[in-house]
Amino acid sequence: MEVKEKLLEYLFFLSGISAIIILLAIILFIAVTGIQFFQEVGLSEFLNTDWNPTIKPPKWGALSLFAGTFYIAAIAMSISIPTGLLLAIYMSEVASSGVRENLKPLIESIAGIPTVVLGLFGIIFLAPHLSSLFGIPLALNALNAGILVGFLAIPTIASISEDVLGSIPRDFRHASEGLGATKWQTIVRVVLPAGMGGIFASIMLALGRVIGETMVVLMVAGMVRAFPRSILDPVSPITATIASELPETVVGDLHYQGLFALGLTLFIVTFMINLLADIILERYKRRFGR
Amino acid sequence: MGYIQFIALLMLTISVAIGGCISEDEEIVVIKGSDTMVYMVSVLAQEFMDKNPEGNIIVSGGGSGTGIKSLINGLVDVADASRPIKESEIKKIREEFGTDPKTLIIARDMLAVVVNPSNSVDKLTMTQLGKIFAGEITDWEEVGGKKGKITLYGRQSTSGTYEFFREQVVEKYTGKKEYSASMRSLTGNTQIYDAVSSDPNGIGYIGVGYVADMVKVVKVSEDGVNYYSPFDSDAVQSGKYVISRPLYQYMIDYPSKGSVLYNFLKFEVSEEGQKIVNEAGFYPIFKVDREHNMESLWSKID
Repeated sequence: MEVKEKLLEYLFFLSGISAIIILLAIILFIAVTGIQFFQEVGLSEFLNTDWNPTIKPPKWGALSLFAGTFYIAAIAMSISIPTGLLLAIYMSEVASSGVRENLKPLIESIAGIPTVVLGLFGIIFLAPHLSSLFGIPLALNALNAGILVGFLAIPTIASISEDVLGSIPRDFRHASEGLGATKWQTIVRVVLPAGMGGIFASIMLALGRVIGETMVVLMVAGMVRAFPRSILDPVSPITATIASELPETVVGDLHYQGLFALGLTLFIVTFMINLLADIILERYKRRFGR
Repeated sequence: MGYIQFIALLMLTISVAIGGCISEDEEIVVIKGSDTMVYMVSVLAQEFMDKNPEGNIIVSGGGSGTGIKSLINGLVDVADASRPIKESEIKKIREEFGTDPKTLIIARDMLAVVVNPSNSVDKLTMTQLGKIFAGEITDWEEVGGKKGKITLYGRQSTSGTYEFFREQVVEKYTGKKEYSASMRSLTGNTQIYDAVSSDPNGIGYIGVGYVADMVKVVKVSEDGVNYYSPFDSDAVQSGKYVISRPLYQYMIDYPSKGSVLYNFLKFEVSEEGQKIVNEAGFYPIFKVDREHNMESLWSKID
């Protein structure tokens, strides 16, 4: 019995540690190649706005690309956060269990739509409508990409937040209602603050999904080198740039390393977001004493 | 138990079937590269294999850069390219294989400049065209059309078409080394076709094989007097239509006489092969191309 227990313990330890090792290996792989790039090209050049690696001499300004990613993420989050949260509150606090049991799998199935299909939808359906709505030629731009990616992120927020709200003890609500609070007051003052930690985590997960999404943005973001001045301009987000340019590079050359440098920077940005989220979450937990 | 036996039987059947395919005495040639050429080369390969069952030719796309990269990495036998190989790529091949790449021109491609059918502009000089794609002319009014901001549609930077048009139109006629930063990079001829057909102010460049009714082809001129269309066969053959480029195949070594690859290359530039080239929407090779092939390839083998 004891041998078996020890064996199982090792097995769990091994699977836990292997996940960490694989993660570290990936970071190391990206970082080594990315840093080689920065030894050749200065950081000040990387912070220009013109990314044009195939001309002579090549230009390595990545700011336009980051602006593209930022625009799309901002639009996507301003769509997915309110929609996702309202859906979560509705499912957990308002809907009957029958409605909830049907609605939840339906929302989660959004996450199962192949992104290439969603991209096609953006090209064929959304683009012409946005074009006539805003009076612009061919609406393959940050707005189109942001709407689609925001749609993709809804199930992450709705589903996880619903789980979080559902796990808050019934006593909280009973106590609140016992004190004479209305349903609305209970939701806003008691349930949401109690679940804030989990809701915040779901939003961070969704943000990670939004920033990392590649296929949809590659298809509908428009892919233009110029710095975007508005959300109606076409953009080249980081992920799409890496995906479209990597097949052209010869392994090990400066362009190849430059794309890894983009990946590394993107990784650092998402890592910072997660770190920041963790810190905020920790403070919040302390305040509520949970 | 019956279930497992069924699976075992199924796997046995599959492995026998696969074994049967491989055990035939055939020579495999892998070709990869230019998206512009992939359809044409596939048809050539299919016709060739129908006549020569001992050869198996596998053709795929991905872009000229991708094809040459695969050649350098040793993954393919032949790289299709719609642009000449770059000096940096030749250097890589020398480092890897200690020899220069070998080349054959198999067809001529005319790029057509296309606009929306509702656009009143139907001809441009090469200088105007270069300035439009360099971002120096930004409104249709400046080239005799109705007022409206020009939207540029081009290919992604992995494309041979992208580099060819940049060098031979933008740089040659304006001196500018790059496209306008506001050009949209699309991933294929069809995408440019779709975009231009739905955008009244759009302009783009596509291979003539991709031209159809929903777009209008613009005639171009070098001297500003005589304008030519890429569908004018005489103008094309005499070189008066200037947005013309050879389509190449690159390999590392000279194919040995009598091998499947050698026979296939011969077939591509034969009268029959060139007829297929024409049916696929491209032009047969010019006299200068035949001379190039003779000097760079055939004279070294035959």
